[in-house]
Amino acid sequence: MATPTTAGDHDESKRDFLTLTAGGFAAVGAAVAVWPFIDSMNPSADVLALASIEVDISGIELGQRVTVKWRGKPVFIDRRTPEVIEKAREVKLGELPDPQTDADRVEKPEWLIMVGVCTHLGCIPKGQKPSEPHGEFGGWYCPCHGSHYDTSGRILKGPAPKNLIIPPYTFATDTKIKIG
Amino acid sequence: MAGENRTIDNKLLKWVDDRLPVVSQMQHEMYDYPTPRNLNYWWNFGSLAGFVLVIMIVTGIFLSMHYTAHTDHAFESVEHIMRNVNFGWLIRYIHMNGGSMFFIVVYIHIFRGMYYGSYKKPRELLWMIGVVILLLMMATAFMGYVLPWGQMSFWGATVITNLFSAIPVVGDQIVTLLWGGFAVDKPTLKRFFSLQYLLPFVLVGVIVLHVMALHKAHSNNPLGIDMKGPQDSIAFHPYYTIKDLFGIGVFLMVYAAFVFWAPNFMGHPDNYIPANPLVTPEHIVPEWYFLPFYAILRSIDFGFLFIPAKLLGVIAMFGSIGVLFDLPWLDTSPVRSAKFRPTYRIFFWVFLLDCVVLTFVGGNAPGDPVFSGVAWFKWIHLGQIATLYYFAHFLVVFPLLGYLEKTKPLPASISEPVLKGGGNAPAGAAAGAVKTAPMEKA
Ligand code: HEM
Ligand code: FES
Repeated sequence: MATPTTAGDHDESKRDFLTLTAGGFAAVGAAVAVWPFIDSMNPSADVLALASIEVDISGIELGQRVTVKWRGKPVFIDRRTPEVIEKAREVKLGELPDPQTDADRVEKPEWLIMVGVCTHLGCIPKGQKPSEPHGEFGGWYCPCHGSHYDTSGRILKGPAPKNLIIPPYTFATDTKIKIG
Repeated sequence: MAGENRTIDNKLLKWVDDRLPVVSQMQHEMYDYPTPRNLNYWWNFGSLAGFVLVIMIVTGIFLSMHYTAHTDHAFESVEHIMRNVNFGWLIRYIHMNGGSMFFIVVYIHIFRGMYYGSYKKPRELLWMIGVVILLLMMATAFMGYVLPWGQMSFWGATVITNLFSAIPVVGDQIVTLLWGGFAVDKPTLKRFFSLQYLLPFVLVGVIVLHVMALHKAHSNNPLGIDMKGPQDSIAFHPYYTIKDLFGIGVFLMVYAAFVFWAPNFMGHPDNYIPANPLVTPEHIVPEWYFLPFYAILRSIDFGFLFIPAKLLGVIAMFGSIGVLFDLPWLDTSPVRSAKFRPTYRIFFWVFLLDCVVLTFVGGNAPGDPVFSGVAWFKWIHLGQIATLYYFAHFLVVFPLLGYLEKTKPLPASISEPVLKGGGNAPAGAAAGAVKTAPMEKA
């Protein structure tokens, strides 16, 4: 069979339309086929299911900082003394790269609960133990690239862009919190 | 040179070749491929890199037979390789040091290209494919380093994957996708193992493209001028095959010295501590071959306009490799070889020094003083100066030199200076004149 050679015999715009729609559908089809593979790399159901924990905080003394593990990451629990709370409140919002009041970061001022992961590149800041460096503002200090956090866990100096993250949590009772 | 029809004597081989022309294809690429006659030893490093890749693939396959990609067993399985598996220590040390040797060889290969202007027309694409190879190598080595699941494995993986969180809007989703969870964990380790197995084979494919582009443009040479005829070239086989083999011999001596006498010299002792997601090591340092880029990342502790410091650091780090892609167009000089570019030659060595400085910066804590007596001058300051110079070299020096530099006159041909040397000229030069017969007949 001879293939038609003259364009004039055919409606060219119709042909272009067919090519474009066929190509478009193929592209959408390919994208739909790729998605399950990409999404298979996202957290699986069991990883999502393990996403909440309960912590008994009755044994934590005033002024003590404790670390628990949640979703593979450390969570810092700090039972703050009145002086430490006062220090956090004194920081002026204008000085903060990521402005947030101390009150916005706690349920109860005495209990500061944060994800202990530096918002720069994910190291764990020092300061949970009295022997560790606490940074220039008495809170936490990330040694990886030098980020200083205040006693409310807010970034004041260094490359980290955000304050330490507050995880979703509730006080189940006065001595028990549920994180996640 | 080219064009001779070689015959295949072996009957079976000939039967196969008539149906599947692999043998004649190889002959064509090896015997008939004209190579500049004046290549020096810096031209050994390409084939050397290919050789190392083969070693990495072979040792990697054997390690995989004993390795367990599970957070509870990975560290243990590497110790099992070291202590129980017959010759496991040898295979692992060959693989572990092979990663470092691979980068040494490839970095020399790249600096060779920079010195002799090998990225210039018509080799732009050849060069750019090379940069892709570098990126793939980096990804492979990074993921490989995570597999033994030591402290540096874990925290290196955490810091590097977190780089992607700097991307506006979707950054955090991308990081969760990379991890397959909310931290570097089991899913992360398993996918890294899968990809570390895959990427070297992707590398092989890209290297085939690299060599195809090379065989189209032919090798550059220390003079940086084109081959003008048969008197300028010499067959790849046997002349350069034997030279490459000699180079491999010397290389293996250095490599073996590390494997047998200093196997952990280029590694970090913290990686013999099992990964602990709750304790960050005092100083996180990547493998030495990533230090310059890590230094660039860390030296940016300031934002610019609406770009925060974290994002700017990541942009600078990726940009430091990105500029390599543009090098063929950033360099405006028509002369390739630094032999004839007296000013560029100085800048080349300064740039090399700059990269060495960045390596040291990357290995030290940013807040520590560089010299113990001078407290105000910290590593981060040196890093900022060196980073600035790194980019200035590409974005200012290269474009301007093309206009400002007074280059030396180029020789008329490759054979001219070689043959003038007289007695020591290589085989084929005996005839002494530029208009000799084709190489094979000399
Ligand atoms: C481009 C080539 C490759 C590079 C640059 C590379 C790099 C690395 C590095 C740096 C390590 C860490 C060594 C250590 O500290 O213990 C490693 C480990 C490993 N690699 Fe590779 N690799 C390559 C190819 C391969 C291939 C092809 C395979 C498998 C087929 C493989 C399998 C493994 C395994 C199982 C480990 C873990 C065992 C160990 O840590 O010794 N690698 N790789
Ligand atoms: S990870 Fe904390 S400062 Fe970079």
